[in-house]
Amino acid sequence: MSLRIVVCVKYVPDATGDRQFTEDLTVNRDDVDGLLSELDEYAVEQALQIAEEADDAEITVLTVGPEDAKDALRKALSMGADKAIHVEDDDLHGSDVMGTSLVLAKAIEKAGYDLVITGMASTDGTMGVLPAILAERLGVPQVTLLSEVKVEDGTVTGRRDGDTASEQLEASLPALVSVTDQSGEARYPSFKGIMAAKKKPVESWDLSDLDLESDEVGLEGSWTAVDSAAQRPARTAGTIVKDEGEGGKQLAEFLAGQKFI
Amino acid sequence: MAEVLVYVDHVDGAVRKPTLELLTLARRIGEPVAVALGAGAEATAAVLAEHGAVKVLTADAPEFTEYLVVPKVDALQAAYDAVSPAAVLVPSSAEGKEIAARLAVRIGSGIITDATDLEAGDEGPVATQAAFAASFTTKSRVSKGTPVITVKPNSAPVEAAPAAGTVEALAVTFGALATGTKVTGRTPRESTGRPELTEAAIVVSGGRGVNGAENFHIIEALADSLGAAVGASRAAVDAGWYPHSNQVGQTGKSVSPQLYIASGISGAIQHRAGMQTSKTIVAINKDAEAPIFDLVDYGVVGDLFAVVPQLTEEIKARKG
Repeated sequence: MSLRIVVCVKYVPDATGDRQFTEDLTVNRDDVDGLLSELDEYAVEQALQIAEEADDAEITVLTVGPEDAKDALRKALSMGADKAIHVEDDDLHGSDVMGTSLVLAKAIEKAGYDLVITGMASTDGTMGVLPAILAERLGVPQVTLLSEVKVEDGTVTGRRDGDTASEQLEASLPALVSVTDQSGEARYPSFKGIMAAKKKPVESWDLSDLDLESDEVGLEGSWTAVDSAAQRPARTAGTIVKDEGEGGKQLAEFLAGQKFI
Repeated sequence: MAEVLVYVDHVDGAVRKPTLELLTLARRIGEPVAVALGAGAEATAAVLAEHGAVKVLTADAPEFTEYLVVPKVDALQAAYDAVSPAAVLVPSSAEGKEIAARLAVRIGSGIITDATDLEAGDEGPVATQAAFAASFTTKSRVSKGTPVITVKPNSAPVEAAPAAGTVEALAVTFGALATGTKVTGRTPRESTGRPELTEAAIVVSGGRGVNGAENFHIIEALADSLGAAVGASRAAVDAGWYPHSNQVGQTGKSVSPQLYIASGISGAIQHRAGMQTSKTIVAINKDAEAPIFDLVDYGVVGDLFAVVPQLTEEIKARKG
């Protein structure tokens, strides 16, 4: 029986670009290049490794986002995923994590799955709550923040490194897994992979395909409201000294003046 | 006055500092009712009362340790049903955020994570957050349901505010999902004796400039002279010089201490994302052009192998 893996990925503005908000206080996507969130590459990598170990597996990569988000899907397909689903709808603009997770959960259920894999967080919102929310919405075990993951005989096992302890986890499929950047370096797409990706199917779904109403998602349907976004004032220029042999002592003097010593 | 649920993070009854900070914030928007789960839950009551908890709801069951996250969500939901609070506040730890997230779905509420401040507003609590590697500050609120908000450590002072702190047992019924993810083994992390990175008031970090695992003792000695936690940049972690659990940055931990000292760290955007909300920032770097110097309150352009040991000695001398 085939193991159906769905990997959720996000198309995010490049963190090295000059990221801004637009007038409606959503993320400005026009002025900064987008890319597949780095932390999601680890999810794609683990999906590929799990599929390689399985007798028969199929990896579907899924994203919710504007037209450009197809770039994130192409990257995952060129790494080796089998097919892609792009959920795109004008009414999705401004969705918060609750809205986006609702769309993802509907799409995952429609696609069919045994295992859902995500990154630990996006590199733009950095909330880190989507995996737990998806598990709750899907009603499946969450096996999250894994630095090691294995799937065998319908069971997922993994290691979760927390602040105070390292835990071994186990759950039966279907399940939701999220992986950290410690799970294993993501592979680079090969030339062959890039060429093959062009022929792989990318399905496009909109809200009506998922039986969702426009007021359940987007800025209007959002569960949270951003009232203001202000660029942090540039720090007033700090004191910078060149070490001429007393740099450590001068720094100690500063720290004492600030009552840290 | 409206009640506010505060989820208690504790280790065998010892309440961790971020929870006490949450009580300070909770008192701005209502009367704190604390929820303490697991072994030693009742032992938390005294310190919670001292910091403003009018009531402490406690529950213990093997499920809390034998299964991941969901049993705690079941318990927090039971507290929510019993109290009907105006807001639910949870510390922004990895587990705290997962608990808050699942509760929010269940009660049909929006969620705000990693708040750095909280105040009462006309339409409910208003949370301050840092966005885009802390280059922006946003103010947000939950517009649907009961606000569920997770708060970063070091976001508020710990203040004494004695209250009743009446202890009540919380009745919890575990749902079908509670036993979905079994914890089959647990290895406690070896204690370094230093404060936990995300909670520390002072963090001393080393990066590429430290130039080897064998040199990190210089960073550790400075940290110990200040009672600080030790952090590391991604470059230092990827090179295997320091454990990943100490990584500060976008793919590591986000810290917001009173004082952050960066040594041999250039200050790439990924690192800044994890430390830019620190109150006072100090850097030591050979390269005068390093971007970290754009952020600092005080910077020393110099060799960290000369500056850091001298600083450590001077701190020790001043502390006597």
